[in-house]
Amino acid sequence: MRPLKTLQKLYDEESQVVITEKGSPPRALFSGENFLLENLPVGTRVIFPRPPLAGVPNVKAAIRWAINHPEGMEPLHALLRPGMRLTCVIDDISVPLPPMATPDVRQSILEVVLELCADSGVDDIHLIIANALHRRMTEGEMRRMVGQKIYDAYYPERYYNHDAEDPDGMVELERTPCGSHVVAVNRRVAESDLVVYVNVNFVPMNGGHKSMGTGVANYASLRAHHNPKTIRESKSYMEPGHSELYRRNERIGKAIDKHLKVFHIETSLNNRMFGPGVDFLHKKEEDYTEGDRLKFHAMRYALSKMPRAAARKVLNSIPAPYDVTGVFAGATEPTHAKTLEKSWQQYVVPVQGQSDIVIFPIPFISPYSVNSILNPLLVQVMGLGYFFNLNRGVPLVKKGGVLILTHPAFDEFDPVQHPSYIEFFNRVLPETRDAVQIEQKYEREFAENPSYVHLYRKGNAYHGVHPLYMWYWGENGRQHVGKVIVAGAENNHVPALLGWDRTDTLTEAIEEARGFMGRSASISLLRIAPTVMVDVK
Amino acid sequence: MPAKAAFYDVDGTLVKTNVVHVYAYYAMNRGSLLGTLGRTLSTAASVPLFAAMDAVNRKAFNEFFYRYYAGLSEDRLISIAEDMFEDVLKPALYEQTRDLIDQARRVGCRIVLVTGALDFSMRPLARYLGADDMIANKMQFVGGKATGKVIPPIIEGANKANAIRSYCVREGLALDQCHGYSDSASDYAMLSVVGRPTAVNPDMRLRSIARAYNWPILDLK
Repeated sequence: MRPLKTLQKLYDEESQVVITEKGSPPRALFSGENFLLENLPVGTRVIFPRPPLAGVPNVKAAIRWAINHPEGMEPLHALLRPGMRLTCVIDDISVPLPPMATPDVRQSILEVVLELCADSGVDDIHLIIANALHRRMTEGEMRRMVGQKIYDAYYPERYYNHDAEDPDGMVELERTPCGSHVVAVNRRVAESDLVVYVNVNFVPMNGGHKSMGTGVANYASLRAHHNPKTIRESKSYMEPGHSELYRRNERIGKAIDKHLKVFHIETSLNNRMFGPGVDFLHKKEEDYTEGDRLKFHAMRYALSKMPRAAARKVLNSIPAPYDVTGVFAGATEPTHAKTLEKSWQQYVVPVQGQSDIVIFPIPFISPYSVNSILNPLLVQVMGLGYFFNLNRGVPLVKKGGVLILTHPAFDEFDPVQHPSYIEFFNRVLPETRDAVQIEQKYEREFAENPSYVHLYRKGNAYHGVHPLYMWYWGENGRQHVGKVIVAGAENNHVPALLGWDRTDTLTEAIEEARGFMGRSASISLLRIAPTVMVDVK
Repeated sequence: MPAKAAFYDVDGTLVKTNVVHVYAYYAMNRGSLLGTLGRTLSTAASVPLFAAMDAVNRKAFNEFFYRYYAGLSEDRLISIAEDMFEDVLKPALYEQTRDLIDQARRVGCRIVLVTGALDFSMRPLARYLGADDMIANKMQFVGGKATGKVIPPIIEGANKANAIRSYCVREGLALDQCHGYSDSASDYAMLSVVGRPTAVNPDMRLRSIARAYNWPILDLK
């Protein structure tokens, strides 16, 4: 990297958008379990995350204040009465990413809520993880999430994972006359006098009606919005006004609110993903100190020399020191509106206009690969599903433009967590990549495969239908872009099966993208992670 | 949606026993008290031998082993089967066996047990699990007495696959939509012939085959 003094004049320290100039430093980009250090063409727009917002000074006090001053509902203590049946529904390990340093904010919320319940004579309490069709959390993960004390008191009889395939465990609240749309929730939840939803809001897509409508539902309910049609009609998942996904969840959520009393506790986090030692990753490269550069090079070298599994283990073992920036409680919609506001305050960076070519560095982790492997389908969902949708209705890349992802695109799957992904990738994708065809021909088969159902219920596997949902998740991105290039892919067949081009380096990928879009094509890099969203004007 | 079935191997897949336990049970339940004592001792001595033979060559083992049934009456065998189910098989069922079978039934699979054991010895288990059909070895009876010979083809190895294929043709089932479950590499053919194979508590060889072919691996408890 170039000396600091020659760089200082080249950018505005306050701005989150930097235009690459001749003297700009190379960029540190995630590429799976490793990092690339890349010089970008002059004129490339680099969009950086905002600095982390300040956290609330006392998290427990903020939780108490929120549940005593809720939005659109009575305070929590006024809803409690002795002998009532209460269920706390808790967001699962898919958020935040990476998992937060202990104590997890969910533990802090539960400690306050359970204490209040005990004071009010409420002792019929269950804690249910809202894992929907995600994998069951392991005992260790469950203990870490709520702390030893709550774990010892509730696990396993009263602290457990939701089971969407338990034939006696679901209750249908509503069904359309034709039977195509079902609103079903966990039986214990449905039969509770009060439900307290314990949320961690990581991106604006989480929380609100999605919490209950998805978290404790079953396959029959989820089909109403986890389908190619809904995804194609969503301009972004992160902006409710542009999300058909959000609207469908809202319809389901309203039906749930009609039948059940749900007290939501939502929390927003800042984007402090990297703790001491690796906190330079929050900075613009222009701001790196000599120490930061040394640390970066040492880390990059060490990770590149490690076997991939070891690098993964190291990276997964570094928790994120997020701060809680807000706690909001009460009825679903007004509570979520406050959370959204806070979320945008942290993540949104305004940018002028779309770009022809957009670069997304793909990190080692996704919501569906915690303590596991980011397999090819998950690389796809990170690029075309999540990162593509980190906007407020207008994507960063122009219609027909090129997306460049940096990732090795290795052909590795975790047979414990992702058994049905393996079949999907090797059997379905060679036949078709058309999401509608896949839905019609394969969805029921994967969803109902007794082996996958067993692995979901008794093992720690994602539901059989989950890889199809991952494919649908990339659908609006796929429909929008003209080409996807994966830079640094270590093989040909993974990009080919996903319908992508591959190059060895990012420079070659940019060359190819320019060949496709024209020499004067504009280029943007979303320097993620930490999380950043764009508001394209 | 085409009609489909789930084919389950029994020994080691749905229950913790194997065919050797069944033999031992029969051997110990014939004849007088003194005879029983003698036979118990000789059975105890021969079971490890049989177990070793079973591991080496299932077909030869079956042929050799079923000769011990010679002379027993059909009624006697059937009544011992009921006792054996209660005493040996039922306690050895994996807790999750029923869930697995119920799930297959819920999605419209016909439940078929495929076993190298003799049909009468497995009938109570099939009834208990609500199986729709059973593909099993059949003992030859003459005048109500077992001859000790099994009516060919002996259901094991590749013959299991043939039996499943013929069953699907006969019943109009889509073989590529059918599920197969087994614990042993000796059932590789059976698992290969169905469209949706699954290894259940697999032995080392089957585990490596399942990994190579990306078949799901279940560990029933």
